[in-house]
Amino acid sequence: MSEEQIKSLEKQFEARIARDEKIEPKDWMPEKYRKTHIRQISQHAHSEIVGMLPEGNWITRAPSLRRKVALLAKVQDEAGHGLYLYSACETLGISREELYEQLHTGKAKYSSIFNYPTVTWADMGAIGWLVDGAAIINQVPLCSTSYGPYARAMIRVCKEESFHQRQGFEIMLKLANGSPEQKDMAQDALNRWWWPSLMMLGPTDAESVHTEQSMKWKLKRKSNDDLRQQFIDQTVPQAELLGLTIPDEDLKWNEEKGCYDFGEIDWDEFWQVVKGHGPCNKKRMQDRVGAWEGGAWVRDAAMAYADKQQDKKEKQAV
Amino acid sequence: MKENLYKYILGIADNSLILGQQLGALTGHGPSLETDIACTNISLDLFGQVRSYYQYAAKIKGEGATEDSIAFLRTERKYLNVLLVEQPDTDFAYTIGRQFLFDVYHFLFLNELQKSHDVTLSAIAKKSIKEVSYHQRFSSDWVKRLGDGTEESKLRMQNAISDLWTYTDELFHQTEADKAMVEEQIAVDVTTLKDKYYETVNAILTEATLEIPESKWFQKGGKKGIHTEYLGYILSDMQYMQRAYPNMEW
Repeated sequence: MSEEQIKSLEKQFEARIARDEKIEPKDWMPEKYRKTHIRQISQHAHSEIVGMLPEGNWITRAPSLRRKVALLAKVQDEAGHGLYLYSACETLGISREELYEQLHTGKAKYSSIFNYPTVTWADMGAIGWLVDGAAIINQVPLCSTSYGPYARAMIRVCKEESFHQRQGFEIMLKLANGSPEQKDMAQDALNRWWWPSLMMLGPTDAESVHTEQSMKWKLKRKSNDDLRQQFIDQTVPQAELLGLTIPDEDLKWNEEKGCYDFGEIDWDEFWQVVKGHGPCNKKRMQDRVGAWEGGAWVRDAAMAYADKQQDKKEKQAV
Repeated sequence: MKENLYKYILGIADNSLILGQQLGALTGHGPSLETDIACTNISLDLFGQVRSYYQYAAKIKGEGATEDSIAFLRTERKYLNVLLVEQPDTDFAYTIGRQFLFDVYHFLFLNELQKSHDVTLSAIAKKSIKEVSYHQRFSSDWVKRLGDGTEESKLRMQNAISDLWTYTDELFHQTEADKAMVEEQIAVDVTTLKDKYYETVNAILTEATLEIPESKWFQKGGKKGIHTEYLGYILSDMQYMQRAYPNMEW
């Protein structure tokens, strides 16, 4: 294809997106669009799969049968989200094995929040309330993103995430209205998860490398700083309702701007975790790689069995 | 309190509790996303069943008992599950082997329990049997895949079946409470399920090109609360919150 033809295709492509048409797997797309989407969708899928680990950590110790069932169902939903997102990503011409390989070798990233440890039961509440809360703010705009398979996956993901967020808030509410020990546990969880949740919405706009192009493709509809402000403004009243204190002395309502002012985020900590040196980065990858490598013989067996069954069928047909 | 009925229910429910707990521990660590989702699903089904049984048992017990006090606040000797379900996840073949050897029994058992003269148990059985029919299909399919897969998977599956075989006979033992409940046409007479059980299991093992273990040495004790050393650790984990923070709501 000549350069001119490509330019004309690109122009038509951008016009389709501007008209809010969906791009489908078989449609022509610029290579950069494909690569950016593989990066973002796979990062999202990996986050779901790695995100199963910190919550999975409390399945065996959930304090009641009702909570155990809800937590199991939640972690299973995350596995399901991973599955649709990997499938959406595969439509862009990359295999699940390649995607895993990128995760396991550290080439692909996943949400850094999952590199923090879940040390008490209250963390199951805080993750649902804050982490899923921040995730929803990030993800709702993606329901109308330009790439069809991703947009459709996100509609389902967002429905389930908002259920998880309510469930997390409800865990916090029970603790906040419980015994002094339970209330302390809830406050402690908020203290530990608050700042990482703010970081989850990404670096400040000045440092965010992908924003402009992503906005054009509707992969992003608001900047990181705007999303963060939205999250804070939405969450502060919820913390008040719980009777818990957000661990930020600079947090106060700004009448003039009509939103909350908040303290400085420790970006050194953010980059430390992103670069692989958070409290649980190594453990999370050991668990993922361990499950994958430890399960190789199972997957090989399934393939070998399927081949044998196929042979049998063919012989019978003859 | 109807002591025999209470014990009879625990004998059924504790199996699902411990097996559900074991499968739940694997969530996120399975050999593939699909098997992970399936095992979590089975765990969820089992816990759903457990809740129905314990809620019924709590009513019978009275004295402020709840599904949670029954699940979390008994000591090791008071759990009445069979030894099979508390065996460890040595590898995926053991997980599948344990599941398969239990599912075949569980299906036959629920099939009969549907006819119980106790309407609550009969209703739980009717609801659960649909789920367990899926469990049995899942675990049987995997026994076949692993048995007739690669050399390595065959060896692993065979080891699992051979090791777990010793716990199968206990499924067909009856406690005094069971016998009393059979008399009242509430309980399933598990001794009548044994032939059909081994017939089904052996057919699947044969299809999976595995050897049917010949050992006639069997272990027992779970139904009387005498467990293998694994159960204590399972319970320590499971009961941690209720023990560390007594009398609280979650």
